[in-house]
Amino acid sequence: MQASIELDRRADVQYLLRIGDTCLILAQRLGEWCGHAPILEEDIAMTNMALDLVGQARALLTRAGQLEGRAHDEDQLAFLRDERDYFNATLVELPRGDFAFSVLRNAMAATLLKLLWEKLEASSDAEVAAIAAKAIKEARYHQQHAADWVVRLGDGTGESHARMEAALAQLWRYVPELFAADAVDEAARASGLGPAWSELREAWFAEMASVLDEATLAMPAESAFMSTGKRGVHSEHMGYILAEMQYLQRTYPGGVW
Amino acid sequence: MYTQAMDTMGKDKDGPKAVRSAEELRLEERFDERIDAGGFIEAKDWMPEHYRKTLVRQISQHAHSEIVGMLPEGNWISRAPTLKRKAILLAKVQDEGGHGLYLYAAAETLGTSRDQMLDALHGGKAKYSSIFNYPTLTWADMGTIGWLVDGAAIMNQVPICRCSYAPYARAMIRICREESFHQRQGYEALLTMMQHGTEAQKAMVQDAVNRWWWPSIMMFGPPDDQSPNSAQSMRWGIKRFTNDELRQKFIDAAVEQAKVLGVTLPDPDLKWNEERQAHDHGAIDWAEFWRVIGGDGPCNRERLGARVKAWEDGAWVREAALAHAAKHERAERLAA
Amino acid sequence: MSSVEEGTLPSPGEGRAGAGSGTEAPKAAAAAGREWPLWEVFVRSKAGLDHKHCGSLHAPDPKMALQMARDVYTRRQEGVSVWVVRSDQIVASDPGDKDMYFDPAEDKVYRHPTFYELPKSVDHM
Repeated sequence: MQASIELDRRADVQYLLRIGDTCLILAQRLGEWCGHAPILEEDIAMTNMALDLVGQARALLTRAGQLEGRAHDEDQLAFLRDERDYFNATLVELPRGDFAFSVLRNAMAATLLKLLWEKLEASSDAEVAAIAAKAIKEARYHQQHAADWVVRLGDGTGESHARMEAALAQLWRYVPELFAADAVDEAARASGLGPAWSELREAWFAEMASVLDEATLAMPAESAFMSTGKRGVHSEHMGYILAEMQYLQRTYPGGVW
Repeated sequence: MYTQAMDTMGKDKDGPKAVRSAEELRLEERFDERIDAGGFIEAKDWMPEHYRKTLVRQISQHAHSEIVGMLPEGNWISRAPTLKRKAILLAKVQDEGGHGLYLYAAAETLGTSRDQMLDALHGGKAKYSSIFNYPTLTWADMGTIGWLVDGAAIMNQVPICRCSYAPYARAMIRICREESFHQRQGYEALLTMMQHGTEAQKAMVQDAVNRWWWPSIMMFGPPDDQSPNSAQSMRWGIKRFTNDELRQKFIDAAVEQAKVLGVTLPDPDLKWNEERQAHDHGAIDWAEFWRVIGGDGPCNRERLGARVKAWEDGAWVREAALAHAAKHERAERLAA
Repeated sequence: MSSVEEGTLPSPGEGRAGAGSGTEAPKAAAAAGREWPLWEVFVRSKAGLDHKHCGSLHAPDPKMALQMARDVYTRRQEGVSVWVVRSDQIVASDPGDKDMYFDPAEDKVYRHPTFYELPKSVDHM
């Protein structure tokens, strides 16, 4: 069995991995829809979004590895870290649920990523800025597509509205984590690497409010619960995702693919 | 991805009618002349009913194959061993969805609808290629499917780019343009493991080849002497080469490719025949083929079950989208 | 037992596992007429060129039709411009051989069953 790599949890590395891992794990969940979406056109749209996110993850993980300076490449980082060294927001590791759950989660994540990429275009790290310039176009499209679905399902039939309400109740608990401030964010802000996620709070809520309003959905009250995926302490779901995702790399040490 | 030989679809109960009007005979004569001259038939041109029905069946079953084909490969997206391979697999499966879509679109020009075609698939009336009723057990299956299954599909598909029914031909041209990447990425994945991989990886590749070889050559359909519908289809320019012709071509190419890979094809009777300038091969187990086509392959139930479930689970989504559109159309009309 | 395919083994349609097959026929009938509309897609791949027809897709509304057209038909290259038109809004006449015509000159693009609205009493065809 292939053992885990040892990650240097430097602030800048952690900061980039928060975004990269969020893209990676969301892509992992999106890929699960392949062949199971409500209509063929959405099979294509979901896999398209997953593909874009994998690309963003690859770029960020590669850059993080360079900053880390331990010669860890994108695959070692993606497949051989211990669970505590993944820094995605807990929001994206939740099981995909029904279509309402998935499109709402997509809308929430895509809105966040879009706002992040917009700010990262001005990153003091030229490489990150370049990644952002490309990713922002994809993120805008993902956000529009997901938001359109939230509206369609929120303002569709009685059943779709009920399912969207249920999805909202579940997913809103994972919002506070997104905008919690900490030293990693503070370091990134200070160095110009990127914005503190807390800076995006107002814009994110404004955009989500607009979408939910059009969808005739009521925004839930702020949750008292705080998830901690960004710090490496995940929900019970993360273990299963990693077990599947890491399987081949762990089982075939030294494998060349 | 590819199309199974039409011969497995059996006799059409609405075969060519015995009695026809003089007008119809004249139209059919003109139709045949156009076909013989290498011309194209478009959606609104007159065509024999049998031609139309045959095409609806072939094109829709080709589309179903693409869609069902997303499942065995979709299995491994979450377990792809590197990010590059994950991206490639996602792109490939996305392509297949797209190909299914192009084909459903082409079939819809002939007087059927997507819902009708899916209904036939889900109800077990329409077929899809038997190859997808086999399980994908290892990562090497991904590369092997690209090499052998897509390889066979390409061989079947390229001739259809010159099919007499133009919407189908146009869809096929689009598909073939995108398809070559599928076979190459599969072969390259295997080559990487065989040339640079560990012993365990090489064993994985050989195991996959052992399982997929025979089902792949069965993809070309029954032997020519058991394919009564081929002649009519070839007459109409829907089919351009016989099953055995394509199968032979495929085997000859694969033998060379296998040598480069360093894998053994699981047929001890594969031998170059100097006289025929082609490879002789062992007997194909046609009983297995008919069994799998008939519903008793390893994964038939799972594949169809997954498609039916996706469709049924998605009903409320489709309805909601229509309801929303209707509400807003009404609102727009009132505002106008 | 399905009778469409004579000469092949019995269709595996009966009692198909795991899908509530007993309710499939009524579900299908209920769904008839509730299909997402069909749209034709035209893509201009480069400034200076015409929009070219590339195929069709199903979408519930214009916005989604446009997004899906981008997903499906411009996967490999940036389309500069995409048009989508509801298929039943296109009025077509073919400059083809008029003698081959069976249908009236002013007709729909092709034979899609949902293009032709029939009175409810006979709409089961």
